[in-house]
Amino acid sequence: MRIVVDFDLCESNAVCMGIAPEIFEVRDDDFLYVLDENPPESMRAKMEESVQRCPKQAISIAED
Amino acid sequence: MNSTTVIVGASLAGINAARTLRLQGQEGPIIVVDADPERPYDRPPLSKQMLTGEWEPEKILLPAGKEDLGLDFRLGVRAKAVDLSARQITLEGSGGQMETTAFDSLVIASGASARRLPDSAGIAGVHVVRTLADSLALREELDAGPSRVVVVGAGFIGAEVASSCRKRGLDVTLVEAMPLPLERILGAEMGRVCAQVHIENGVDLRLGTGVLQLETETVDGVEKVVGVALTDGTTVAAEVLVVGIGVSLNTEWLEGSGLTLEDGVVCDNTLLAAPGVVAAGDIARYPSARFGRMLRVEHWETAIAGGEAAALRLLAEASGETPAVFDPIPWFWSDQYDRKIQLAGRPMPTDQCVVVHGSTDEFRFVALYGDGDHLTGVLGMNRPRHVVQLRAIFEEGASFSEACERAATL
Repeated sequence: MRIVVDFDLCESNAVCMGIAPEIFEVRDDDFLYVLDENPPESMRAKMEESVQRCPKQAISIAED
Repeated sequence: MNSTTVIVGASLAGINAARTLRLQGQEGPIIVVDADPERPYDRPPLSKQMLTGEWEPEKILLPAGKEDLGLDFRLGVRAKAVDLSARQITLEGSGGQMETTAFDSLVIASGASARRLPDSAGIAGVHVVRTLADSLALREELDAGPSRVVVVGAGFIGAEVASSCRKRGLDVTLVEAMPLPLERILGAEMGRVCAQVHIENGVDLRLGTGVLQLETETVDGVEKVVGVALTDGTTVAAEVLVVGIGVSLNTEWLEGSGLTLEDGVVCDNTLLAAPGVVAAGDIARYPSARFGRMLRVEHWETAIAGGEAAALRLLAEASGETPAVFDPIPWFWSDQYDRKIQLAGRPMPTDQCVVVHGSTDEFRFVALYGDGDHLTGVLGMNRPRHVVQLRAIFEEGASFSEACERAATL
């Protein structure tokens, strides 16, 4: 599982950081950083929740 | 569960209820009804990217509406009445034809409609922003480059419309009946900050005044708005008038159903309104132990979470499992000009409000709200990291003073 963020869409609402701070981090520059682009399978439910809850539909999961 | 569910409302709450039911194993028919003929779409961009012209309608289609979930969509179809004892709903098609459909369980997610000014029906140039059709109609008029747009109501929709118009370089007058924008939601101190954001961005802000009447001209048989007379005695010329004065709930079809309707559909703390009947989204009013009162929340995220929770509530009822309590911390964001306002919680306007990071002078700050030592809200302006971190602290049940202390370490 690979996390893909469309940074043209992302506007740093930080919802994903609230769900999975170990993967998503919005820093003081107000930009989102993906800390681990290949999260372990055990994180799948949280990753799917992050996809669903992103107000900008900026997050997707690639299977490769 | 092999029963039939009818979901009234194909927007965020309804579609997420449908998706959750299907993914959690409901095999029976799921009928999703909405008066709006459009495929399910996301509303926040209607006052922003859709109005500025940055996005086209395809971009706001909801992903869940595009998934192959085997849903029976009845779009352009209006719920007219429901008989809970007979388990039947009456639907009206776009051509006016009536139809009765049986159901086992019902999800009420019919949401709300934009309130309009009295006597404004049929007047050209007068707009609301609630549906995709509303947004596209307004956008077409903005494309023509009106000399001035008057926005009535400085709530979140009005503020975002004003912002989008300014991004297009249009002159904007923003009229608010209250002494300050958003005062009933954010309190006077933060309302003053929001007022200043509009002024800094070149908006002609008129506070504490309402609309007395519209001024119109009739050309070639079309009555069109040309201005608006305000209660403070002034008149503002307006080629386009946008009304953002809140919503009225779509509960007409529930009158006489036996459900309790009091500013929404009254539910228990699991979103159950009656056996086999749940409500979600703008229309659901539920008791919040966290805030010690009944809440009805019109936020985007609450619609998603409520839709999911309402679906799980039906499934729990069917399986006999203990249902989960619905009491999330409400959260929303609003993008205005280059500022992002985020609020987690439900403060009262009279709660104390303390800035814990940044400053209101630079329009980049985080503030906490408290009722005594009870934490009631986290407000951020261009501080998304702090808001999400403090929201987590809020979720843990921190007191106001504890949240203030911990905010200093973030």
